[in-house]
Order: sequence, then C-alpha cells, then structure tokens
Amino acid sequence: MLTYILRRVLQAIPVFLGTTFLIYFMVFAMPGDPIAGLFGDKTPNPAVADALRAQYNLDQPFLMQYVLYMKDFVTGNLGVTFSGQSVNDVLARAFPVTLKLVLMAVVLEFILSVVTGLIAGLRKGKLFDNASLIFALVFSSVPVFVAMFLAQYFIGIKLGWAPVTVGVDTSWGAMFLPALVIALTVYVTGMRLMRGSVIESRQADYVRTAYAKGLTHRRIVPVHIARNSLIPVITNTAASFGALIAGTTVTESIFNIPGIGKVLFDAITKSEVPTVVSFVTILTVIYVIVNILVDLLYAVLDPRIRYV
Amino acid sequence: MSDPNTEHFVAPIDDAVVEVDALKLDQKKSNLWLDAWRDLRRRPLFYAALAMVTLVTVMALWPTLFTEVAPNSDCQLANSNGAAAAGHPMGFTFQGCDVYARVVWGARTSLAVGILVVAITAVIGIPMGAIAGFFGGKVDSILSRIGDIFFSIPYFLAAVVVMSVLASMRSVWTIALAIGGFAWASLARILRAEVLQVKNSDYVMASEAVGRSRMSTLLRHVLPNSLTPVIVTLTISLGAAIVAEATLSFLGIGLGDTIMSWGNDISKAQTSIRTSPMALVWPSLALTLTVLAFIVLGELIRDALDPKARARR
Amino acid sequence: MTNEPLTTDITQQANVVVEEAHDVDPNKPLVEIRDLEIGFETQGGIVHALKGVSFDIYPGETVAIVGESGSGKSTTAHGIINLLPDNGTITGGQVLFQGKDLAHAKQSELYKVRGRDIGFVPQDPMSNLNPVWSVGFQVREAIKANGIATDKRDVQARAVQVLKEAGLADAERRMAQYPHQFSGGMRQRVLIGIGLAANPKLLIADEPTSALDVTVQRVILDHLESLTRERNTALLLITHDLGLAAERATKLIVMYQGKIVEAGPSLKILQDPQHPYTKRLIASAPSLASRRISGTQVDHVGGPEAGVDVAELASKHGHGAVEAASKPVIEVKDLTKVYSIRKGGFKSEPLIAVDKISFSIPKGTTLALVGESGSGKTTAAKMVLGLEKPTSGEIIVAGTQLAGISRKDLFDVRRKMQPVFQDPYGSLDPQRSIGAIIGEPLRVHKVGDDHSRADRVKELLEQVSLPTEVAKRYPNELSGGQRQRVAIARALALKPEIVVLDEAVSALDVLVQAQILQLLADLQSELDLTYLFITHDLAVVRVVADEIAVMEQGKIVESGTADKIFSGAETEYTQKLLEAIPGSGIDWSKLG
Repeated sequence: MLTYILRRVLQAIPVFLGTTFLIYFMVFAMPGDPIAGLFGDKTPNPAVADALRAQYNLDQPFLMQYVLYMKDFVTGNLGVTFSGQSVNDVLARAFPVTLKLVLMAVVLEFILSVVTGLIAGLRKGKLFDNASLIFALVFSSVPVFVAMFLAQYFIGIKLGWAPVTVGVDTSWGAMFLPALVIALTVYVTGMRLMRGSVIESRQADYVRTAYAKGLTHRRIVPVHIARNSLIPVITNTAASFGALIAGTTVTESIFNIPGIGKVLFDAITKSEVPTVVSFVTILTVIYVIVNILVDLLYAVLDPRIRYV
Repeated sequence: MSDPNTEHFVAPIDDAVVEVDALKLDQKKSNLWLDAWRDLRRRPLFYAALAMVTLVTVMALWPTLFTEVAPNSDCQLANSNGAAAAGHPMGFTFQGCDVYARVVWGARTSLAVGILVVAITAVIGIPMGAIAGFFGGKVDSILSRIGDIFFSIPYFLAAVVVMSVLASMRSVWTIALAIGGFAWASLARILRAEVLQVKNSDYVMASEAVGRSRMSTLLRHVLPNSLTPVIVTLTISLGAAIVAEATLSFLGIGLGDTIMSWGNDISKAQTSIRTSPMALVWPSLALTLTVLAFIVLGELIRDALDPKARARR
Repeated sequence: MTNEPLTTDITQQANVVVEEAHDVDPNKPLVEIRDLEIGFETQGGIVHALKGVSFDIYPGETVAIVGESGSGKSTTAHGIINLLPDNGTITGGQVLFQGKDLAHAKQSELYKVRGRDIGFVPQDPMSNLNPVWSVGFQVREAIKANGIATDKRDVQARAVQVLKEAGLADAERRMAQYPHQFSGGMRQRVLIGIGLAANPKLLIADEPTSALDVTVQRVILDHLESLTRERNTALLLITHDLGLAAERATKLIVMYQGKIVEAGPSLKILQDPQHPYTKRLIASAPSLASRRISGTQVDHVGGPEAGVDVAELASKHGHGAVEAASKPVIEVKDLTKVYSIRKGGFKSEPLIAVDKISFSIPKGTTLALVGESGSGKTTAAKMVLGLEKPTSGEIIVAGTQLAGISRKDLFDVRRKMQPVFQDPYGSLDPQRSIGAIIGEPLRVHKVGDDHSRADRVKELLEQVSLPTEVAKRYPNELSGGQRQRVAIARALALKPEIVVLDEAVSALDVLVQAQILQLLADLQSELDLTYLFITHDLAVVRVVADEIAVMEQGKIVESGTADKIFSGAETEYTQKLLEAIPGSGIDWSKLG
C-alpha cells in the first residue's frame, strides 16, 4: 500500500511541472509583447508595465523565467494584484469560502448520484428509472449560469426561500442553494455510473452466491451491491471536480460569494491576466491533489489495487 | 444410503432428435452496428432528439429559411425591451434587436463551435489514445504523461486563460482551439482504456499471425472495435462544448460582441432580467434544448451499443 | 448423537468435527422434483429452459446431472433453491424438500432453507467471492445468517474452523485476506466450506471444478467427497463431463434440451446406454475413450446414431508407426523465453516462462503440447508462430530459421503456418463478415483477385461443412462450434503446411468438440497437414496426438508417443495428469 502511495505521488510530480509549465507557456510564449498581452485589450500603463517586467523576469531566457516563476510560486510568493493586494492575502480570505461551497456541492452531488442511481438501478426499466434519467439530463443541459439565474430569480426573489446574494454572510445555510444548483448540473454522470454498477452487481456471481448462502435482500443490497458500486462513482467525483470548478466561478459571481471563483471572475473581466494565471495555476494544483487523493481512496475501497 | 429406486429410466426415443450444432440463421443479418441501429429506431426519444438536432442544423445552414429580419442591422432603440409583436414573436432585446432573429442566427455560431471542438478533440485524441493503448511501453508512457498534463487542467480553466490572453483574437476558431485543445485528453484516456481491452482479443493475434503489420492491425481491427465509447463521448462533447462557449461568453471572454451567439445574448440580457425576462429566456431555451438533444442522443447511442444491455434485452 | 456445545476456546473447536446428525428418514426422499418447468423472458419471447423435469434425491446420496450447455442442468440446480436471474420464473411443477414445496414458498422461507438446509457451491471461484470484502468476512456472514453461532467470538471460532477444514494452513491469519490473494483451488475450497458451514442436508455443486486446473480438480473433488461422506450430506453434482459424473456419483441423470433423457445407476448407464443422446455423449467423451481402446480394437458404443466416436479417432493415432524418413516440418531447439515482471515496489524479477524446450514434428503428424496454466505452452506456441520473440533458442519452420529473420521473409513463412485459437467468441473480428474474415489472409498476401478469392472462400466453407450463404453473415450469428469452423477455414485459406491449434476445442461442448476433432482429422489426412496441438486436457490428447510433450513450469518433463505415455508414464507429474483425467477412477471391473 505504501509503495502504491509513493508511486502515485511520484507520478504526480512531472504532471505538476508539466501543467504549470503549460499554463505559463500559454501566457508568456505567445507571439507579441507579453506585457501588452498581460493587459488584455487595454493599453499598458508604463510604470506598471515596467514593474511587471521586473516581476516576471522578462529579461531572462524563457526557461529561466519559468524556473524563477515556479520558485516564487512554490515558496509562496505569489505577487500582487493590479489593485495592489497581495495574492496570498486574497487567497487566504477567499479560499475557505470556496472550500465550503465546493465541499457542499461535492457532498450533495454524491448523495444525489448514489441515491438516485441506486434506486434507478434496482428498478431498472420502471418509471423511476426513466424519469430520473430525463430529469438529470435536463439539468445537465442547462448552462450553469442560466440555472443560477433561474434559481436566484424563482427561489430567491419570487419565493424568497433563500438569500439572493451571499455577500458577507458566508454561512453554510446561505450557500446551500448555489451549492445545490451546482450539484444538480453535474450529478448525471455519477448517477449513470451508479446505476450501471448496480445493474451489473445485481447480476454478479457473488451476489447470487450471497443469496445461496442464505443472506437476505436487506443485507445484500447495502453490503454487496451498493458497496461494490460505489467505487466508480467515487472516482468520478474527482473528474467532476473540474466541472465543479467552472461552476464555482460562475456561481460566485452571480450570487456574490467572496470566494476564489469571484476573484477569478473579477480578474477576468478586468483583464488582469497575471492574477488570472496565478489563480488558474492554484486551482489546477488543487485539482491534481484531489485526483491523487481520490486514487488513494480508490485503493482503500478496492483491495485489489493496493497490491498492484 | 441407497435409493431403492435404482431403476433405469429412459425417455421415449421416438420423438428424440439429436441435433448437434444446427445452424439457425435469422432473417436479418446481425452485428453490433445493425442491432444498435434497430434498437435506436424503436425508441421515440431518439426521433425527438434527432429532430431537434436536424432543426438546429438546418437553422445554422440556412437561417434565412426561418427569418428575413437581419438580426444586427434592424435594431431600433425605440423597440428596446419591447414585448412580442407581429412579425417578432419573441420580442426585443435591450438594444431593440429582434430576439427571434438572433436566436435563429445564433444557431450557426453555437453549432460551429460544437463541431469544431469535436473535430479538434477527435483529431488529437484518437491517435494519441489509440497509439498509446496499442503499442504500450515507452510510447505509452510518454503519450500518457502528456495526456495527463493536459487532462489535469480542467478545460474550462484552460479556455479561460487562453481567451484572456488572446483578447484581441476572439473568434469561433480560437474558442474551439481553446476548448478542444484540452478536452482531447479525456477522449484519449477513454479510447486508450478501450484499446487496452480490445487488443487482447484473439482476432488481433490472428491478424498479426496472418502477416499484418502492427499499424495495419490497429487501423483495420482494433480501432473499429474501440469506437463505441468514442462515438458516445464525442456526441456528448458537442453539447458540452456549446455550453462551454456560452459560459465563456457569459464571463465576457467568449466570442466578441460582434459575433452573434446565444451565450452573448444571454450574458447581455441578464442586466434587464426583471424588465424583459424573455430576452433571456428564449436564447436560454434554445441553448438548453440543443444541448439536451445532443446529450440525449449520446446516451441513447451508448445504450444501443452496450453489449451487456443487449444481451439482457 | 449429542449436541457438542460450541465452546469459545478455539483450540478445542478445531477438534470438533462431527456435528449433530441430520434428522432425516433414510428411506424417504430428501428432495422430490416433480415436472419442474422453468422459463426465461428474452427479447425473442419466452425460452423454456426446463420442460418438465422429475427426479428424487435420497439422504446421503450422490447424484450427478450431466449435460451440455443449454441442457438445463445449471438451471435445475439454481431452480431448486429458486435462485433464478430476474427474467427467470418457475412456470410449473414442484420442488418438494422434505415435503415442503420450495417452488411456491415465501421469500422468508427460502432464506431459511438456503444455506441452512441446502448449501450451494458455485462454478467460478473468482467471480463468486466479493472482491472488496475479506474472505473471513464472507465466511462469517454465512455463519451468522444461518444461525450457527451468534456471539462474536463463537462466529469467529466457527469461521476459522471452516477455513481449517478447507485445508488452509494458517487459517486465523488468512481470514483477513482478500479473495485475490488466494489461489483458485483454495478459493473453491473456501466456497465448499461456506456451503457446508451450516451442515446442510443437501449440497448442490454447480460444475465446482470446471474453472480449475486439471490436477487441482481431482484434489477438490476428493475433498468434497470426503466431507460429504463424513457428514452424510446428499450431494447433487452438476457437470458436463460424463466420466467425472460416473466416477463420483452413484446415480446419473442425463439432460438434453430441458428434459431428462436417461437416468439410473451410473455404471449401468455407461455399460448399457439406451437413449441416442446418451450414446452420443459416451462416444464423444474423450475421458472415456482410452478405456474403450485396447490395441487397435475399439469397443463401440453401438449404432450409427452414436455419431462421432472419438475412440475411433484415437485408435488411428499415437502408435508411433510414422515413417522416420519424413523430414521434421517444425524443429525447436533449446527454446527459452524470459520475462521481466515488476514486483510490488520498484524492482523487477525475471520470470522464466519457457525453459530450454526442444521438440520436432514430422510432416503429417500431430504433436500435442500438454500442460496446466503457467506451464508455458501458450508462450511456446506464440514463439513458434512468430508472435513473440524468443530470448534464446532456435525455431525452424519448414526449413527456415525464424531467429533474426527479416520482416519480408517472416511474412512469406507465415503462409506456411497458421493458427486456430481457443476462444471462438474472440477469434473472429465482430465487425467483419464471415467471408471477409476467411478471405483476409488471401488479401493480405495478395493472392488472386476478388473473383478468385470469393471462389476460394466458398471452397473453404465447404471443406469445413458450412453452407456458403454464411459468408455474408456476421460472427455473432453463429454458435461456438460454427465459429471454430470459420477459424479453421481461415487458417486453411493460404494452403499452409502447419496449423497451430491453441486450445482450439477447449471451449466447446462435448458433442461439438467431437465433430471438430473429426473435421480436423479428416482435413489432416486430406491435406497432409501437420498439427501442433496445445491443450491442458490429456484426455483430448489421447484422441488427437501421435506424439506428446508434457510441460511443467516451462520445461518439457516427459515426451513420447501417445501409446507409450498412456500405458505408463515415467515422471510423477505426468502420472498426476493421467490420474486427473475425470473418469480414471471408475472401477471398470464392475462393468460386464
């Protein structure tokens, strides 16, 4: 098991380097004056431009630039935003907020996937199965921002059941609605996976043998069917994390939640490319770490993997 | 313990016909694709999704069939936020443009982005996945590593970065490249997994034993049998790409203002959501239905091609 | 018999073997099946798997049901405890267990009977244990469910005992391990242990050894026999092997297409089969073939209705009367293959799959390469076919050295040597039509034009006795045996001298297998073919081989003519293989 963990972490290092390099490359290796590019389509302020040139070591050869950039990144020196705030500070404030939102969304997505998938799989072909599929598909086709609008409009304004904006009150309750909407737009994949696994498990030989042993339906469903079906669903949660990230960006802007997504959104609309790059890098690193954690979780759930 | 009934029972011989391995051929030919097609044809949902896709395609190719109103030039501020009127069934936008015309002309953009993204994803993803999976070894290590790197950047974030940097060059092509340039990694992974399974089949060994080169075996035998998840993924990706473009436009880094797209319209309409919600609703509906059609199509094809589901039917 | 109280002292537990005797009347049947009918709902309508099956099982009796796939034998086994898949239902008849009808019992009653009164041992030991739970967990849940023990320590003690009886050395430690950490044989023993854990009155074993290696099979069956005899448990054994059935059971039931065609004392049926189907089974069973041959005389089963008689085929082989003058068509010298296997951490270990083997095959004869899994026989075949590069050694095919050969020359050599593989469901590309599959070798080697190739395909289909209209169809429309014929036709397309058959008949039903063996024999004499026949089944070897080479762990441990080896093997391993042939334990002296 330990070797598996070690191997997995080691594998992640070239990926980490490659990803950060790629992001850096996309921004700074494009043709033209990189500094002008950093300003998006606005004209560069000469003083800021010079400061940025120094900050990004643009007088050095490209690879050297990347190395220095990474050095700064890894040591926690993430630079400043255009408005002069330290990126570290912004991060420290915004991260916990987004973390709450994402955690709620992940948990809700998981519950939705597992519960609907389990029932749909056990009652394959019946009404619940078909209805729940259509329901989930419709949700996944609506773009996140549209769904957010509708939720905000109908549930927030018209029905008044939930706060329309979050603002300073970043409590769990206040963020429940946006988290739920995010979860609804992505849960269809997990549900299909769970359903498929359940259908397969029901036909599995070991389930039939479990019945032959004299076990009851009530024991077999959770212990043998659901337990085995969870594995692909959990790994899918990591993949859906990427979609969740896109969701939080939009969500935080619509609901005015002061998280990383909002900062990113602001930076995008103000064309503050360096800040965009910093935050995208951070989010990507988080994504890589989440993937590793999920792989480890997979090994916990499926003993066969541990000994490979 | 002995059975007092040790009689020797023999079933009546007269009506016994021992057939060994008789050939029973159905009227119709049957293989994976033919059977899947027959299955699809039996489902009403398939026709609904297909109809929607066809509608959108026709709208994209020949918008003038649907409206004579020029979506950009006929805008009059006097009509700002106007309700539906004769000849303008969906009302007007904040700038006084005909919503219906914009919806019709917007189809072209969305579909173009979708198709381009799928094309890029396929052109990069299929060779990467197939070669990595089939040849294995060092080739696989390198290609998979590259794939992992691209896979680790959520394509949405990557598109955000690219579109932010390329602020001056926003077009359907750049957006498609931004999205497709990263989305291929997911397809490559899926195809690689399928190829890994297929390549262990005996018919692959037989192909090599006959004398085919490895590349020839890959192209003639392995790839055609690995296409199922590719087709499903690409169909669903088309829908996903359209949503991604709309989301990017919403954030302001999608297509520029000059290009007409559903995403742009929705983005602009959000400020006037309380006064004229329909300017938001109609493009949203068009977008959602289009995406839904592709996603449903993809799911139906997945079910139709699933050998396990077929065996049980 | 008194009840031995369950103590919590594990060491004492281990000595408690005999449990309370079954409370049954030995003169009344334990199970009475009356006109049982079972149907399955499929897309094409209802398939009647069982069309009225009736038989009895008495306490302590061993009954075997023999049949091919589609006969309904497995369905009967599952039907007794009503363990049918979702689309299956009992449509008629009764299953009386000690007077109670299980076919119409409530769910709760079935739960009680299963495990406690009737135990079940399934076929495939890998897929029948849940991979994510430890073995101990799965044993314990069976014990708890059947009320054998309730206190946690009692349950654990009992579970350990089950594993000990299954023959596991350090049972306590292995309780925490997972199924994939056990060998196939060990897993099957655990499953048998679970089946017997509650000391049921009847144990149903559904092909309990089909998924295991040949030498392990015998051990498992002996183990099963001793356990059931000790406890006087009735045993219902399902199998496709007539020899195995006759050897292990006193009563034999032969099923065909959902009905019982013949039933009675097993030895009597072997000696005097009445029904045409039974006669065919006996004639086609390779495991019984050797017994029916003495010298070149064959003890026929009787009548043309008996179909292919494999003993006939066998009598034509293996006598070593081959002209030594014929030059060997395949020659293998000191062939070796070493793999590098990554072990756990970051190191890799060498695995010697094939260890300096040598053999030669004269033209027009058959060499059988026999071995269990892991013996290296398939790797050897792949090297001969040029699909794997040897680590060292020589392979000479039709006079050409394969080592260091150029691609073009290898391409040419391939025309002389073609394979037929084991899995009929995997050896034909499902996307291509039969005609395209058979014609592919011709296209790849650029033989003839479209027209002449189509003619050749027709010719080949006739040679393998398939109607020519099959050419436009697809593989999934054909049965396993028919697909193998297509695979054979494909192998013959280029008129090769050599055909390498890698377990080519192992996946086929007995009667179909006999037909294919007959076809292969006919083709060999017609076309003067040389066969390299790879198999794990020594009984089949008797039927096809002139020469035999036995492989164990990469080495050839014994070789010789078929006659020589079957009349007296020299090595212990070969002796074990011979004894493992199902039916070799039958006391033939009891037959008339």
